[in-house]
Amino acid sequence: MILRGEGMRVKQISLFLENKSGRLAEVTRLLGTNDINIRALSIADTTDFGILRMIVSNPDEALKVLKEGGFTVSMTDVIAVEVADQPGGLGAVLQVLQDNGINIEYLYAFLEKSSNDALVVLRVEQIDEAINILQAKGINTLKGEDVYSL
Amino acid sequence: MFWQKELECMPREELRKLQLDKLKETVQRVYDKVPFYRQAFQAKGVEPGDIKSLEDLRKLPFTVKQDLRDNYPFGLFTVPMESIVRVHASSGTTGKPTVVGYTQQDIVNWSDQVARSITAAGESSSSMVQIAYGYGLFTGGLGFHYGAERVGATVVPISGGNSKRQLMLMEDFGTTLLCCTPSYALNLAEEAHENGVDFSKLKLKTGIFGAEPWSLNMRKELEAKWGIKAMDIYGLSEIMGPGVSYECICQKGLHISEDFFLPEIINPETGEPLPYGEKGELVFTTIDKEGFPIIRYRTRDISILHEDKCDCGRTFVRMERVTGRTDDMLIIRGVNVFPSQVESVLLEIGETEPHYQLVVDRKGTLDELEVWVEVSDKMFSDEVRRLEDIERKLRQEINSILGIGAKIKLVEPKTIPRSEGKAKRVVDKREI
Repeated sequence: MILRGEGMRVKQISLFLENKSGRLAEVTRLLGTNDINIRALSIADTTDFGILRMIVSNPDEALKVLKEGGFTVSMTDVIAVEVADQPGGLGAVLQVLQDNGINIEYLYAFLEKSSNDALVVLRVEQIDEAINILQAKGINTLKGEDVYSL
Repeated sequence: MFWQKELECMPREELRKLQLDKLKETVQRVYDKVPFYRQAFQAKGVEPGDIKSLEDLRKLPFTVKQDLRDNYPFGLFTVPMESIVRVHASSGTTGKPTVVGYTQQDIVNWSDQVARSITAAGESSSSMVQIAYGYGLFTGGLGFHYGAERVGATVVPISGGNSKRQLMLMEDFGTTLLCCTPSYALNLAEEAHENGVDFSKLKLKTGIFGAEPWSLNMRKELEAKWGIKAMDIYGLSEIMGPGVSYECICQKGLHISEDFFLPEIINPETGEPLPYGEKGELVFTTIDKEGFPIIRYRTRDISILHEDKCDCGRTFVRMERVTGRTDDMLIIRGVNVFPSQVESVLLEIGETEPHYQLVVDRKGTLDELEVWVEVSDKMFSDEVRRLEDIERKLRQEINSILGIGAKIKLVEPKTIPRSEGKAKRVVDKREI
């Protein structure tokens, strides 16, 4: 059975970081002591602040731990897409989304792979629509559980 | 030099008689014309007839800024609007400003009060007066403008800002008297220095600086940098505007125009009047104002009154320069700023319990305001542009409510220190 829409969403942890030293280290320390593994991460920064986005092994626990640690944290649904690990691989995925009028807010890559393909996190507004379109085009998206336990 | 010597040097006994007559008239009038005062007097069980001496002033209830807001916009005026020739206003805490009104005679009296200041500073009808206070609802610009014209001086109504132009006109016109906030005067001096202005060619000899607190050190610095005499002036729109009190050439405190205003110093905790020489909150009652008289207005400014006669010959009581506030109001570039104004903006964008702090610092010579806002879950987004949108919105709203620009700094939760559960709303890093 092919999981569609809802079932293919991946939970991402986002966190507000002031641009001051030691804050990122504090996040990783909190996750580490609570046995939570970081699967993928990216930081978007401006001159004054940054937003840390992560895919972790246990998002619900991470949300709780980081909130208790005094951070502003939120959970957002994103898509994990398998991308052929070859020139033009990502381009093919992006073309499909563009053709269907889906805007990408941001994207970043996993370090690990689930297969021979590379793995990319996509953040879009119309998430279920995007998943359906990608799958219809034969592009594989991963379930949350599969991504957390990579 | 004196503008109205017979009044400014009136023997105190005579002055007290004049004050009592004017006080009685004012009290009767506000009681008759303004429901707010009648109710407040009745609540305290006092009637106009109870005022038999100046000491009876303490029987009257205080008026506070909130009372002005509650009676917005014209509820405390004692004359019909056709007799009001001008209104001024200061920025409000929830978008509504506090409004004051003047009759033709009030404007004449106010002009005389400012004229006293200009004359006491050694300037005269032959002066060239550059007014770099803001013109508009703020009383600074127009208050000085009318006072300087009353003296017969030549007025350059340049208003604030545009330093290069200020310096050019100062040089070309031969400005003798500069009127602005002390911090702007310092800023101008630095710009003049950077632009290679030849100070020896300037005719400037006096500055009358006010609308924000400054120190003796700042006075020394201003006098040294410009080669002028730097004079202090005090006022607030609720009472009149600039010129409620003014410095004479002795520079030993500011003479209060006591033929128009009755000053008191009170204990801000208990409201009890304190004797001369003791530090407390300044309270003013206007005793010769038609449009907007005010009874025992609590200024929240902290000062000390001195009754002993000044070397200049003036008999008016002197107040020491204001050393602080009893509330959390900040004065930034001459503008009154309350933390609650910032809070109202945060509430407007949907924050139910906003955590924020106003940090004011002096960068070079100009005051800069930073508003620190803790990012709540509600405000937060994983998208940079949404947070930047919030920053921009806050900046615009705060700018429009305060009338001055502020830098918004989004900070992590619990960044702003709480004392006993209550956050500290104001950090003033200025060393003035």
